[in-house]
Amino acid sequence: MTGLTANAPSAAPRPSEDSGAPAWGEVLQETLALTGRLFLQLQRRPTTLVAGVLQPLIWLVLFGALFQRAPEGLLPGGLSYGHFLSAGIIVFTAFSGALNAGLPVMFDREFGFLNRLLVAPLRSRYSIVLASVLYITSLSGVQSLAMMATVAAMGNGWPGGAGLVVVAMVLLLLVLAVTGLSLGLAFALPGHIELLAVIFVANLPLLFASTALAPLSFMPPWLAWLAALNPLSFAIEPIRAVYNGSPSWSTVVLEAPYGSVTMGVCLLVLAGLAGLLVLAIRPLLRRKLG
Amino acid sequence: MIRLEGVRKSYGAVQALAGLDLHVPSGCIYGLLGPNGAGKTTALRILCTLLAPDAGRVWLDDIDVLAEPRLARRRLGYVAQDAALDKILSGREMLHLHGALYHLRRDAIRRRVVELAAQLDMDPWLDRPCGAYSGGMRRRLDLATGLLHRPPLLVLDEPTAGLDVESRYALWAVLRQLKADGTTILLSSHHLEEVNALADELAILDQGALIAAGPPSHLKAALGGERITLKLREFTSDGEASRALALLQQQAGVSQPVVNRAQGNAISFFARDAKLVEVLRQQLQDHGLPIFCLSQSQPSLDDVYLQATGRTLMDAELAMAATRDTKAEQKAAMR
Repeated sequence: MTGLTANAPSAAPRPSEDSGAPAWGEVLQETLALTGRLFLQLQRRPTTLVAGVLQPLIWLVLFGALFQRAPEGLLPGGLSYGHFLSAGIIVFTAFSGALNAGLPVMFDREFGFLNRLLVAPLRSRYSIVLASVLYITSLSGVQSLAMMATVAAMGNGWPGGAGLVVVAMVLLLLVLAVTGLSLGLAFALPGHIELLAVIFVANLPLLFASTALAPLSFMPPWLAWLAALNPLSFAIEPIRAVYNGSPSWSTVVLEAPYGSVTMGVCLLVLAGLAGLLVLAIRPLLRRKLG
Repeated sequence: MIRLEGVRKSYGAVQALAGLDLHVPSGCIYGLLGPNGAGKTTALRILCTLLAPDAGRVWLDDIDVLAEPRLARRRLGYVAQDAALDKILSGREMLHLHGALYHLRRDAIRRRVVELAAQLDMDPWLDRPCGAYSGGMRRRLDLATGLLHRPPLLVLDEPTAGLDVESRYALWAVLRQLKADGTTILLSSHHLEEVNALADELAILDQGALIAAGPPSHLKAALGGERITLKLREFTSDGEASRALALLQQQAGVSQPVVNRAQGNAISFFARDAKLVEVLRQQLQDHGLPIFCLSQSQPSLDDVYLQATGRTLMDAELAMAATRDTKAEQKAAMR
């Protein structure tokens, strides 16, 4: 520490340096600063972004090729497998991205950076969580758009104007729900190894036990039940319906063992799940951040 | 300025603070001295609102820290033991981030960062990623982060741990200047030299409790006379040490004799004056007790600690090092 000047930093308080913003302005200031930090990290280490697009892309190409000669009648409406798979891969992209939302928070906990943030007089400590949600939602949005562009380039279609809104709504609700879950885990689990283990264990089984790769009719009854209850299926089927035409809220998108499920119901289930998870993690966040 | 009243904190079965009372006046450098595990970091984390005590009250001026933590946070800057930096961000970006978290205006942050960079000599490397910083650089950036919002109270947890001597002295100069500018500084340390050199007042903590407090000169003077360390043999038996102790306890002019087991049953005590030493030599000889070595010195802070606990700070450090579970402590520090 050579060369330090004897003129140490002045500590005289200068209130005029305060932003003087109202409470919401302070929350906005801290949330934007924290979100900006996450984007700076992404800009300098874009691996997360690239891997998040690359992995589903590989799935799309390999699974598309593997089931290219699927027997006729396997898929509803005589769809090609590539066409069928697209919706599942788009949802999987958003889902995987959101499932990793807790990792930066977990590393901040482990390396003591979270404590440094908590010493600051944050107007709302939820701004730390909000910044993570904003970041992951944007990241998942970009990754999903990249996947949709790839799907389109492979000749499997592009949703129209209203369809795009439905896709955006479905993905947003799914990302909110899964991000909530991941952030909850990041605060509940003792370290990143445990969090990675949960992510690793949850990721593929949830994908396989959904309608991403095969229709319910192709599955044994027990798996069809599981897939029909899997939130991923409630995200996949409305998007698949959008890619196959111009469905309305009342269009049946899933013939589940327990009955027909419309697009409106799918969105309600996703919204309910997102709300439920946010409510479920609130006490934990209050305890950890309060 | 700071008042801790009956603060208790336990981590499971381990009691970190056992009803700590502390009063830190304004405008001074106040040292918290004690071995690792004495409860210094826990006390500072409670003051900085990072940890809730199990019982007790904490005041920062007229602010009830436990009831109004956000108000307290605005008034203090905290420099933790391990500089928590984002390795991917540059130092300047870190400072800008924290400026925003303290709700400073953007132009004010820019000005303040320029000011701090010049004053803490950070300009040559401030735009490099934090991951490439040396220990000294990390400390300086951490200090700058704590000072960004010009807090009237600066709390430093082991500020010079891991620094080379030159960096340590440089940091001391900065702290002295901050004090001269009116900042109250509360720092924890297990370096006697550091606390002795910097602190106007200090508190010595042991096993989560306050064992002595006051200006260093007063604490040392209270011990009185010459500090004597006596070794009968290189490794004295318990029996001989006890006999010598009994003899010293009966001697007028000798105070606070203790046997230090960690140093081969060396006996430490205070003699009213230097002349008494010769009398003691003769008496020990008369009772068939040999003298391996005998040293005289002025009382030190270590003596204050020794007299209060029966062991030196170094011995306490070593004893704690053997029993501490640093992984568990790290987990306990996690939110």
